[in-house]
Amino acid sequence: MGKSREKQKEAAVNEETRVPEVATATFGPPPPIRRIVVEDEPTIVAPPPPGAVPPGAQANGAPAPGQGIGRLASALPPSEVIERMRTDELRLFYGDNEAVKGVSIPVRRGEVLALIGPSGCGKTTLLRSLNRLTELTPGARREGQIFLDGQDIDQIEVTQLRRRVSMVFQQPNPFPMSVFDNVAYALREGASRKPRKAALQEPVAEALTRAGLYGEVQENLGHPALRLSGGQQQRLCIARALAADPEVLLLDEPCSALDPKSTATIEELIVRLREEVAIVIVTHNLQQAHRVADKVAFMYLGDLVEYGDTEQVFGSPREERTVEYVSGAFG
Amino acid sequence: MTSTPANKTSAVESSRTWPLVDRIMLALCWIAGITACVIAFAIIAYMAYRGIQYLRPGLLIDRPNADFDQSKSGGFFDPLLGTIILTIMGTIIAVPVAVATAVWLTEYGRPFFLARAVESAVEMIAGTPSIVLAIFGLILFQNEIFAILSFRAEGGSVFGRSFFTAAAMMSLIALPLIVGSTREGLNAIPGHVREASYALGKSKWATIQRVLIPSVRPSIGTGTVLGMGRIAGDTAIVVVLLGASLQLQGYGSVPGLDILRGTGGTLTTYVFSNSPAGEGNAPQKAYAAAVVLLAIAIGLNLMVDWVARRDPMQKARAVGA
Repeated sequence: MGKSREKQKEAAVNEETRVPEVATATFGPPPPIRRIVVEDEPTIVAPPPPGAVPPGAQANGAPAPGQGIGRLASALPPSEVIERMRTDELRLFYGDNEAVKGVSIPVRRGEVLALIGPSGCGKTTLLRSLNRLTELTPGARREGQIFLDGQDIDQIEVTQLRRRVSMVFQQPNPFPMSVFDNVAYALREGASRKPRKAALQEPVAEALTRAGLYGEVQENLGHPALRLSGGQQQRLCIARALAADPEVLLLDEPCSALDPKSTATIEELIVRLREEVAIVIVTHNLQQAHRVADKVAFMYLGDLVEYGDTEQVFGSPREERTVEYVSGAFG
Repeated sequence: MTSTPANKTSAVESSRTWPLVDRIMLALCWIAGITACVIAFAIIAYMAYRGIQYLRPGLLIDRPNADFDQSKSGGFFDPLLGTIILTIMGTIIAVPVAVATAVWLTEYGRPFFLARAVESAVEMIAGTPSIVLAIFGLILFQNEIFAILSFRAEGGSVFGRSFFTAAAMMSLIALPLIVGSTREGLNAIPGHVREASYALGKSKWATIQRVLIPSVRPSIGTGTVLGMGRIAGDTAIVVVLLGASLQLQGYGSVPGLDILRGTGGTLTTYVFSNSPAGEGNAPQKAYAAAVVLLAIAIGLNLMVDWVARRDPMQKARAVGA
């Protein structure tokens, strides 16, 4: 009795183990990774799998609604696009583990750059290195250079750098103070409480307006920021990051803790802000990358596999890995 | 307002099917919990019954006198004042030191061996009996250089007993509690909150001062109130380092400072010396003072709950979860 059951189990296990074999047979072994030159003309090596990739749609799960998801705005004319940052053969290590392997990529104002890729591919590490937040992680090490407006960021004093390259995190994290003070904190020097409130009314209001939050909170600027809703908190974090008038805004999955409505609000905000600041966004949500990004960089196991215009990366990827990822074969 | 379906097995019914040992264990758990409640309520009820019948408003505002005639020995205004002064002074010394220690341990903590040493030191202070702290304090503060904190006895040697010296040692009783709760609060702040501050171009110190310490204010408050309870309830240090005198006896000519440099007593020593075990032998007044002390302790404990509930980060943690 017990033995026959075990046999049944074995059979079931065999049944299960057979499935991945089929999957690998379909996709084959992972294709070799080659280093790409981002400024090259796209050489399309892989046409989109028929029907699998309606632009921006994630094939794993829900089908693309209607005609796929449209871009929120078309690209700005090239005259509006100015390069702010650039990484040059950037390598990042955690101990002996190489998390980012020689990535060269430009970050431009007027463009939203989306970093996509499966978990652990190094996209967040790359993002955090842009304002030297990786230095806070014990054991993290960097090789290669990063330039901000042509200047090596190692030459810039770190608090100055982070005022120019600001960041918004995955979890909304307002500080335990009033809405006003959250934004004012970014404007004041260090821990000082000066300049006084009166002098900061205008810049605080401006930052909140840029983040699309002013209308909702103008009556309650003195209220604790932690009483706002999740979406409002995240826009407050964006306002805070914008307050010091940064040149580059880094967004680390800014919508993953938010509901769809707040997500839509923030996506519109991102597209609007790209005219003022260079934006880099890390996202797991391919539809979001398609909606907001002008350029997409696909990373896999620390390598920059593909970089290009959003339509090109999603519509006609050059690399097989990209085809598989954007069609939902893995990730 | 949840209604139980009629056919659902109740907890009592299901426990009837348990093995006998399990049921005995369950019963013991119930008995243990209920016993704790009964003891706590018995203490409060008995002290209230014995104390309140002797407690007169006059006792709180009359100064005590040494007199065999209990109608003339006065109230316990001085010990009550002593408790309040000592608790406040001890807290004032303990809070900044404890918060600084906790911040250093959680935010810096380098080199590692030093951090471990500091942790052990705090644990050791927590484990030291207060009478040992008291004797150590007496030896320490009888040194010449600490003469300013107390006064000189006849013959010129430093007396070493005063509110200053007693409060200094009392602060060590509160210190580990405040360090512990502050560290707990700091550890509960997610790392990305710190990074958010760094990402705005803030230094580590600015982050500690403007973000982290405000975030853990309720934790600091909880530890502080617990520490105040411990200070108000301690007897050994008062006996050894404050003189445990009936009245506050100031020393020197500067008003206010004279009391702090002088000796005195607290409610705990007043209860002790008036109990049948002590020399005053006025149990009625001991009961009355004890009920006041108990009321202070319960009040401080209620404050802990109230302070902890006002945690501004709690909502953030819920959102972050």
